[in-house]
Amino acid sequence: MATITELKARVADLERQLADALQTKSAPNRGKITQMSAEVVDSNPYSRLMALKRMGIVENYERIRDFTVAVVGVGGVGSVTAEMLTRCGIGKLLLFDYDKVELANMNRLFYQPHQAGMSKVEAAERTLKEINPDVEFEVYNYNITTTENFDHFQGRIKQGGIGGDKPVDLVLSCVDNFEARMAINMACNECDQKWFESGVSENAVTGHIQFLIPGETACFACAPPLVVASKIDEKTLKRDGVCAASLPTTMGVVAGFLVQNVLKYLLQFGDVSYYLGYNAMLDFFPRMILKPNPQCDDSYCKKRQTEFQAREATRPKVQVEITEAEVVHEDNEWAIEIVSETTADELAAAEGDQPELTKGVRVAYTTPAPTQGGDQDATVQDSGQSLDDLMKQMQGL
Amino acid sequence: MVDEVTKKTLAQIPLLKTKAGPRDGEQWIQRLKEEYQSLIQYVKNNKDADNDWFRLESNKEGTRWFGKCWYIYELIKYEFEVDFDMPITYPTTAPEIALPELDGKTAKMYRGGKICLTDHFKPLWARNVPKFGIAHAMALGLGPWLAVEIPDLIARGVVIPKDAGAGDKS
Repeated sequence: MATITELKARVADLERQLADALQTKSAPNRGKITQMSAEVVDSNPYSRLMALKRMGIVENYERIRDFTVAVVGVGGVGSVTAEMLTRCGIGKLLLFDYDKVELANMNRLFYQPHQAGMSKVEAAERTLKEINPDVEFEVYNYNITTTENFDHFQGRIKQGGIGGDKPVDLVLSCVDNFEARMAINMACNECDQKWFESGVSENAVTGHIQFLIPGETACFACAPPLVVASKIDEKTLKRDGVCAASLPTTMGVVAGFLVQNVLKYLLQFGDVSYYLGYNAMLDFFPRMILKPNPQCDDSYCKKRQTEFQAREATRPKVQVEITEAEVVHEDNEWAIEIVSETTADELAAAEGDQPELTKGVRVAYTTPAPTQGGDQDATVQDSGQSLDDLMKQMQGL
Repeated sequence: MVDEVTKKTLAQIPLLKTKAGPRDGEQWIQRLKEEYQSLIQYVKNNKDADNDWFRLESNKEGTRWFGKCWYIYELIKYEFEVDFDMPITYPTTAPEIALPELDGKTAKMYRGGKICLTDHFKPLWARNVPKFGIAHAMALGLGPWLAVEIPDLIARGVVIPKDAGAGDKS
């Protein structure tokens, strides 16, 4: 039997726990804020963001409320991306994912163990609304790559903007597989929609972001996947082990890069990176621009390329004259000057026809040139049977 | 990167010629016909070589495929349901073949039981668009996966013969 003192202590302890619980519960969700204010008070969630204006970084931070961003995939990278945008006060977010929260996700950021079993988009919406009730949400719990959902997905890109009759401002790909990336690529090329691609490798030690402007920069189908030298023997990776490793660190870095460039693009400050790689083993960050492939496999990409070139041709040429002050040494008695041994043209000729890649990046594979009728024998010939006949024949085997 | 037997099997599967996905209307019907022709030939080849190992069929639109595959190990036959959706990006991207009943039983799967393919599958597929079809995906993807994974799953006791399970109860 417990003594009265023990019981009293227990009651006091429980009362404290109850009070704690009640306090967390009763912490009022702040109401919506109609106008972003720059006033520096503890209760203003936007004061530090609005300070970017005073610091001369962003001209008009309030504009962030006019923008809509669609995040496809709210896993390790996408959920953190959505949280950053929510905290920055983005106008509207559309979230797409067909997965559920699992305990196996807990090595990454954002989701919490008690959310296991919930759909990712629903769990994310709840948390994010609590963080910032000013953001408008639209969430879809489906797989965008299947025929029945793809049209709807494309419809939301075209009409998902604030107000409902304009396209979203950006689509962010935070998915974990090639098929979904190709589906987003297809949708964005067709809708002429600018988008960012992001990814972390299956071994969790490299990542990248890429800005894709249909017609202007390479689309996802333009170039075969690039591989950043990872300092690991690739052959040792996959065979015996799990399919995908992941680290909260790499995913956090990539999400940070992604949102940073989204903010730079939307709020017009700094230079937006077209491709930014991250190699965690060497802390190496290749940065480059990828030009579209005139022979791209995606017909809409080629269409956008023609449109872009037509636009470029009609645009008045802005001549930026860079007048570099001539370096004059105080004395150069013998008129010594530095001249390159090879011209730029000579160098290019020596290199041959190669895609423009940054140091440390190589092409994973090349595609053979199409053969003209060479495979005739090995190809299926039209047997004149209807599809129904063929289906029956297959079932009858 | 591909062993000789697989190479030979592969060479006997008719190649396809129409590059069309589920959103391409009439062209897709043509592609479906080719898919079926190629699959029928592949199943026939398997039967002739006494290595019949799967059946597949699709819905009317050819967007969803389902069937069975089996693997014989130490004279016992293990059978599994197979299914996959045709991605709208097909045939640029290969279908993601799934064995839903093995989901969670092996690390070499993605969620939903989609099998994990080897490093060389995707480059090989990409180099052969649009000539490769479902039959090739089965031969290069699911076949080798079963050959490696099923013996391991059986050894670990994760997969047991279906009859044996019923026998224990009686």
